Amino acid sequence: MTGRNNRWLPVALTAVPVVFFGYFFVYPLVTVLVTGFTTTGASISVGDVLTRPSLRGIAWFTLWQAVASTVLTVALALPGAYVLGRYDFRGKSLVKAAVTVPFIMPTVVVAGAFLTLLGPDGPLGIDLRRTIWSILIAHVFFNYAVVVRTVSAAWERLDPSLRAAAASLGADRWRTFRHVTLPLIRPAVASAASIVFLFSFTSFGVVLILGDLVHSTIEVEIWRQATNLLNLPAAAALAVIQLVGITAVLWFYARYQARQAVQSHVASVRTSAVRPVSRRQRTIVAANLAAMAVLLGAPLLTIVVRSLSTDAGWGLGNFSALRRPTNALFVPVASAVGNSLRIGLLAMTLALVVGMLASWAIIRARSRFGHSLDVLIMLPLGTSAVTLGFGFLLALDWPIDLRTSFWLLPIAHALIAVPFVIRTTLPVLRSIEPRLREAAAVLGATPRRVWQEVDLPIVRRALLVGGAFALAVSMGEFGATSFIARPDVPTLPIAVYRLLTRPGAATFGQAMAASTVLMVVTAAAILIVERWRGATAQEF
Amino acid sequence: MRKSRIITTAIVLSVLLAACGGDSQEKPESIVLLTHDSFALSEGVLEQFELDTGVAVQVLRAGDAGTMVSQAILTKDSPVADVMYGVDNTFLSRALSAGIFLPYEAAGSDMLVPGLAVDEHVTPIDFGDVCLNYDKAALAAANLAVPTGLSDLVDEPYRGQLVVENPATSSPGLAFLLATIAAFPDGSAYSWRDFWADLRDNDVLVARDWDTAYWSEFAGGGSGTRSLVVSYASSPPAGVIFSDPPPEVAPTGVVPAGCFRQIEYAGVLTGTEAEPWARQLIDFMLTKTFQEDMPLNMFVFPARADAALPDAFVEHTEIPAAPASLAPEIIDADRERWIEEWTEIMRS
Repeated sequence: MTGRNNRWLPVALTAVPVVFFGYFFVYPLVTVLVTGFTTTGASISVGDVLTRPSLRGIAWFTLWQAVASTVLTVALALPGAYVLGRYDFRGKSLVKAAVTVPFIMPTVVVAGAFLTLLGPDGPLGIDLRRTIWSILIAHVFFNYAVVVRTVSAAWERLDPSLRAAAASLGADRWRTFRHVTLPLIRPAVASAASIVFLFSFTSFGVVLILGDLVHSTIEVEIWRQATNLLNLPAAAALAVIQLVGITAVLWFYARYQARQAVQSHVASVRTSAVRPVSRRQRTIVAANLAAMAVLLGAPLLTIVVRSLSTDAGWGLGNFSALRRPTNALFVPVASAVGNSLRIGLLAMTLALVVGMLASWAIIRARSRFGHSLDVLIMLPLGTSAVTLGFGFLLALDWPIDLRTSFWLLPIAHALIAVPFVIRTTLPVLRSIEPRLREAAAVLGATPRRVWQEVDLPIVRRALLVGGAFALAVSMGEFGATSFIARPDVPTLPIAVYRLLTRPGAATFGQAMAASTVLMVVTAAAILIVERWRGATAQEF
Repeated sequence: MRKSRIITTAIVLSVLLAACGGDSQEKPESIVLLTHDSFALSEGVLEQFELDTGVAVQVLRAGDAGTMVSQAILTKDSPVADVMYGVDNTFLSRALSAGIFLPYEAAGSDMLVPGLAVDEHVTPIDFGDVCLNYDKAALAAANLAVPTGLSDLVDEPYRGQLVVENPATSSPGLAFLLATIAAFPDGSAYSWRDFWADLRDNDVLVARDWDTAYWSEFAGGGSGTRSLVVSYASSPPAGVIFSDPPPEVAPTGVVPAGCFRQIEYAGVLTGTEAEPWARQLIDFMLTKTFQEDMPLNMFVFPARADAALPDAFVEHTEIPAAPASLAPEIIDADRERWIEEWTEIMRS
């Protein structure tokens, strides 16, 4: 009986993520591409679009700005990750939640703030508007949290005795970092970098609003062909180009990650973070927090300030207007908050279940299948929102018509959130020595017991970071949401967007107020999710 | 014998009923209206339709107008809705050639503002004019008069005053490009290409979309510096209504020349299983209940000539006398080429 269970359970558990991604991603994707190619009526042929000289420039720009954004984000965020991973200080969990806020902010709102900050009257005093710099800075702003949160979680788990050993063997700080710390955090850095790369590669709003006329990404071109020029075959062809590029990058990445994994002693360590005691340590912490405040705080503060500015002077008028079911919003903002939280929690739960099973399947599987699954699950992050939204609409009327169901939103958000769960948990799972599992099994533990006693305690922290990100992804998601034909369930980002598309000083203020509410609600939700760790820690 | 007669009668009857179309159909609980994100009505308006017919209306939103049309074309064989509202004259031709609409002439079509109806498949519901808006204070500060037409914009005094939207990514941006093409047609001594080259040399600013142009670059939006923007004829009244407290005099105004008229249409989608009620919904959209509710919610003008306009619309704007328009099929055929050429001009 047990033997049979052992054989079939892994297959059944692996099937969950495979079926989820097969039905909600591969099937809609293939359907939309096939339909796109066979739709007629476009005035310009696919060949003409693909042989345009401007397209090569767009492909090249897409790639290099993504690489530049990734390098810049990692470089700027690593010191922050170090401080949050190595040191413990009062208000740290608040800082961690606050750092995640930029990640979920609606692009239109932040881009507006950047246009002011990077303009000639901004604090920098130089005009960076419509230059590549404003795109890169905005990408760092949005993605900073991905690197800081992922890498600091890895840093926290480092066994301090390793550093102590290196020091006692005479290694200075730099050598210890290079030969001990760096190899151990490298998988986490690569994980975060891969996500930043995908986000920058498929960047849409930032490039449209902050870019100039010349530079465009493949993502923008797909959107333009599909929704502005109604040239669906050309959009499908561009989507294939984007997919092939992304798949190639992810394949190399998955192989690199599998090879780089380092097993280490982490099992007993909940956190290795220490309080900063020396003057030097305090300075490092303070300097980093100040840098974060400037880089992430300035655009957010601009939005908050705008939300407090009314025609009658400073005040909370914009916020109290949100409570009224005004003509401009059509729903009181409280119901949008409720929708966002409801969809966010559903998406987070889905993403955690599917992501956890997928991580487990990836490390368990033979390398080729594992890599394929890893690549497959990352692909939604690198797929254009238009492609995904249209795919849902075309494919999901079978076997039951899900196309206009409420569930489509949490499912679409979960597709984008699962990669976060995987990227935060996989490096940790890989770092667990197989001997630990073997030892437990030899001692008679069932696979479930091994999971409960060995893997779960170690991976729990990473899981919570992944869960917090999944929640954040859902709460801030606007791209895919806007391409799904959806019933009237306005989320906060959609409410912000609706307010912004009307004239009138009061609506602008209300849009800023709704954005501020989004910031606060998301930060609070993340704080609560991470607090949850404390409550469940005793159970195991 | 008797039995077979009954069967024959039943077959004949059912064929007849099927031929009569909708009348045989069972009354649905609700029908679905596919529309764009800007769709908005006062509470109770769609409920009126339910009270009248016993059929509820579910609203399905599908992004902007272009996205919505793409989606409707892609799902033609298995539609998600019964009625689509919000396809405008820049996208209409593609929608018609894809065959997504069933022909229908709505009750109330005889009351339409002349020039709006173009095809038997769709019914015009509203229109909006994309026009230059100016900020009164900013123009006064720069010692400038309100421009009288497009040609003024290339004159030295208006250097650096105008912000437009990119026609490649914005619907008012495209409408403004079309207005310039209608005003300075291909083949004339001074074509729209010359006009845009001059505009570029006069330091016009191109923003990605309406939000960015209006809120971040236009002085009338609060944080910008430019005194002229491409927006809608309805923007000044909207600006007044959505200010707290509303000012006596609108701080912005409309240049009534060089406008382009966007007309929004509704139609019954092919493949609907509730055609009779879908038709009734189109009729309902032309009733005064619906038509007079639209202006303050969507900031468009009613297509029905005898619909009353809200006071703010009468006070703070005017309907341009001779807005430009181009035939939908011409727009469809040349749009991409025009945008490509425009981009080349603005780059150089």
